[in-house]
Amino acid sequence: MSVSRRSALKAFAAAGGTIATSAVPLRADNEPRSVPADAVGMLYDATRCIGCKACVTACHEANQDLPDTRTPGMELYDAPTELNSRTRNIIKLHRSEYIDSYVKRQCMHCVDPACVGACMLGALQKRDFGIVTWDAPYCIGCRYCQVVCPFNVPAFEWESANPRIVKCELCVHRLREGLEPACCEVCPREAVIFGQYEDLLAEAHSRIVDRPDVYVDRVYGEHEVGGTQVLYLSHVPFEDLGFTRDSTEAVPSLQQSIQHGIYQGFVAPAALYALLGVVMFKNKRTNRVADSEADDE
Amino acid sequence: MNSHLPRALGGKIVTRPYKLLVGLFALAMLLIAWRMVAGLGATTAMNDGYPFGLWIAFDVVTGTALACGGYAMAILIYVFNKGKYHPLIRPAILTSALGYSIAGFSVAIDVGRPWLIWRVPVYGWRWNFNSALLEVALCIMAYVVVLWIELAPAFLEKWRNAPKPRLASIVGKTADRLDRLLPWIVALGVLLPTMHQSSLGTMMLLAGDKLHPLWNTPLLPLEFLVGCILMGYGAVTIESCLGSLLFKRRPETAMLAKLSFAAAVTLWLFVLIRLTDLIVRDQTEAMFAGDLYSTMLWLELCLLLIPGIAYFWPGVRTKIRHLFSGAVLVVLAGAIYRFDTYLVGYNPGNNWSYFPAVPEQLVTLGLVAFEVAAYVLIVKRFPILAGHSRAETA
Ligand code: SF4
Ligand code: SF4
Ligand code: SF4
Repeated sequence: MSVSRRSALKAFAAAGGTIATSAVPLRADNEPRSVPADAVGMLYDATRCIGCKACVTACHEANQDLPDTRTPGMELYDAPTELNSRTRNIIKLHRSEYIDSYVKRQCMHCVDPACVGACMLGALQKRDFGIVTWDAPYCIGCRYCQVVCPFNVPAFEWESANPRIVKCELCVHRLREGLEPACCEVCPREAVIFGQYEDLLAEAHSRIVDRPDVYVDRVYGEHEVGGTQVLYLSHVPFEDLGFTRDSTEAVPSLQQSIQHGIYQGFVAPAALYALLGVVMFKNKRTNRVADSEADDE
Repeated sequence: MNSHLPRALGGKIVTRPYKLLVGLFALAMLLIAWRMVAGLGATTAMNDGYPFGLWIAFDVVTGTALACGGYAMAILIYVFNKGKYHPLIRPAILTSALGYSIAGFSVAIDVGRPWLIWRVPVYGWRWNFNSALLEVALCIMAYVVVLWIELAPAFLEKWRNAPKPRLASIVGKTADRLDRLLPWIVALGVLLPTMHQSSLGTMMLLAGDKLHPLWNTPLLPLEFLVGCILMGYGAVTIESCLGSLLFKRRPETAMLAKLSFAAAVTLWLFVLIRLTDLIVRDQTEAMFAGDLYSTMLWLELCLLLIPGIAYFWPGVRTKIRHLFSGAVLVVLAGAIYRFDTYLVGYNPGNNWSYFPAVPEQLVTLGLVAFEVAAYVLIVKRFPILAGHSRAETA
């Protein structure tokens, strides 16, 4: 085997072993995130919700979203069937064999959000109180956040020529004015309440302890997808409410550990580049000789 | 005399089929104009459940892999020092440059706010180093530039002999300077695809369990990397065969036969990685579930295994017809693998569904037509294809 071929193989071993994976360098904090100290959140209790949808209307109002009259056959009503660009909050009915239950869906404000990991210029970020918000000037509308969100939360304005990403931002604009999130404020049954994350978690557990016959013994969001700042209590299995995510691992962690392993400090790509450059330089010289020999033929 | 130096083919440009290609492209541009005014909802079938559609899955993810001929040949020629394949590199770089440019353009029409794209490379202080997409975006932008620089000698060679002496001397100096820099640029041309092609795989890892377990593996980046090299060899073979057919040149059978060895090694490497991964991750049940997903998996595998096994019959390797069919199967398999990872194997739940709308399909078709038209124009006017098998009819 010629020298240059051996170094070529070396270069590719380096490529296979290290560059086999992706992304760019430099982030120091590899560790999974933990709940921010100032974290706020919401606690939704499915046993209390009567499906009145007051929160849906309040959410529209608070965010000045247009009513969603786009559902075929329901053009006279605000009747969304899914979270969408006019619906940051939705109440759904889930039927199961024994009992029906409502469930409220909105952004979960993940502790380690996949959407934040995906966003190129950090339009989506975990900002004050651990709330995941969207910042227009840094969004190019790639929609990768939609692909990766485990709860299909971010919505895109498909009908617009200058589309935004729309999602629940935990009414951060109201919080700044000292108000509660609109959905929590209007709920007649206090099925959804707002508070400090730690308090809500304690409250959730104490409700389960008080009425173990009623509740499923699980606070959804305490561990799921690495934890979410919106917590759920239920009287029916969470799968019946459409919460199919069981993994306690944050979505980004695997992908990021692969990336960081390889791109740490950009050493591997730089080394590979240097190696490739040297190999090619050498090969170019030997090729010159070979070429001139070929010309003599 | 160095008989295998590339030469322009010459001949008439505007033929009947050429007009058709240009027509298709014009239609695509009209549809794109409509998309700019009316938004993506009106022109595509994409939705909140399937935010990535045909343009990403085909034009970008599959298209760039098809355009990996330049990368795959560069590995062979410059890294493994197989100078004998030199006649294949320029046409390969040309298709790569065109393919990647089209992919970049497709991204630009696919994103919601194209007029902000320039911020991605410029706003360095905002870069989210966790985003595999950021790496893909930056690498592809850089690679498009690298490819056109790699191709520049073809243009400079022509303009060097320009009748205007001033122009000729400027071009001459640029060409000499470029020649000295070329190894480092070619090295970039190997590094960048290594990075972004694997990252295209990493990207879908973040989809978590929305991606079917048959495709959702930590080895996605490696599989995407090996897959794109494989598709690169396939694309080079197809291109050479079609080129000799269309331009009535002598087929490069001997060289393609030798190239099929590199392709076969890559093919078996891919199949081995894929199967080992599936077995290690204990996916045998899903592999034989008999549903859409397992069918797609076996379609991928069979399309690879046919040429993979046929390769061992020496008679197959020496017939241009078989080499061509083998390459088609390989490219198909690679394309389906990528489609599966980005669309078929992706399921957001909640009864979301997606099938590309007609305007979406026509845009993709129009962009492919543009690529073919540009290729034909350039090989007829610039020294791209090796001269020893020059067109017999103009
Ligand atoms: S639920 Fe989705 S959109 Fe909300 S923070 Fe988590 S990943 Fe982001
Ligand atoms: S669509 Fe916007 S917010 Fe979502 S990932 Fe892309 S740039 Fe970020
Ligand atoms: S917190 Fe605000 S934006 Fe979020 S669901 Fe409630 S009302 Fe809507």
